[in-house]
Amino acid sequence: MLDLDMSPYGAFVWPAWAITAVVMAGLVARALAASKRWKAELKRLETEAAKPGSEADA
Amino acid sequence: MFGLANPDRFMRFTRPVTPVAWAVAVLLLLVGTWLSFTAPGDYQQGDTVRIMFVHVPAASLGLMIYGALGVSSFFALVFRHPLADAAARAAALPGAAYTALALITGALWGQPMWGTWWVWDARLTSVLVLFLFYLGYMALRSAIDDEAKAARAAAVLGLVGLINLPIVKFSVDWWNTLHQPASLLRAGGTSLDPVFLWPLLTMMAGFGALFLAIWLSAIRTEIVRRRVMGLRARAAQNA
Repeated sequence: MLDLDMSPYGAFVWPAWAITAVVMAGLVARALAASKRWKAELKRLETEAAKPGSEADA
Repeated sequence: MFGLANPDRFMRFTRPVTPVAWAVAVLLLLVGTWLSFTAPGDYQQGDTVRIMFVHVPAASLGLMIYGALGVSSFFALVFRHPLADAAARAAALPGAAYTALALITGALWGQPMWGTWWVWDARLTSVLVLFLFYLGYMALRSAIDDEAKAARAAAVLGLVGLINLPIVKFSVDWWNTLHQPASLLRAGGTSLDPVFLWPLLTMMAGFGALFLAIWLSAIRTEIVRRRVMGLRARAAQNA
């Protein structure tokens, strides 16, 4: 049975879980954002290098 | 194993593995959270026992991740594997975050149970030192502009920090500490009742799977970042 009544320790249990959730969400968001940013940058540079007349082409 | 040290092979291998790791992590954490809040309160600790389900996984993973950072640093320093340094670097932030969580949730558990947020006992102090090693590792990497030099210096620090791991693990046996001795991994088997053991093991697996997903993703990102840096350097040379 789900028990969400933490009294008299709610002031300790909920912050522990909330901080854990926030830190984990932050780690995930940071990992996904960095992955997206660098992949986009790599694609941009590769497209630029593949353009006719670019230095990689020369 | 060493075959995977090739970045291209690593990228091919981890492309399908990483999304599976994300999915397994989410599933385990959801099930673990459900089990954590359907377990009964402890007869002595009441509902504060539910802090254990996040505190113990964070602390165990914080310790294990440093082990991964140290071993990766060893391979980076001795064998100069291109992926080993990326792996060490990618482990530092999640390791530091998990260790910080262990310290914060430990304080939130300590206050109602011990009557204090913090004591300078051997376990708490050695975990704080572990956290400082993580911070030192990241600070050192970002303080040196030359990436190769930064990687070597950080790898040496990463290796030195390994000395602290047995101190953290056995501090509760070697010294008199306010922190309780091991109850999960100990001679004679666990002292935890199954109603607490299963939520704890599920949360530990969830924390582990989440770290694996973050780690693989961060190593892949680091490989992509290095390719970008290489292309930028080539473009600057040709300009």
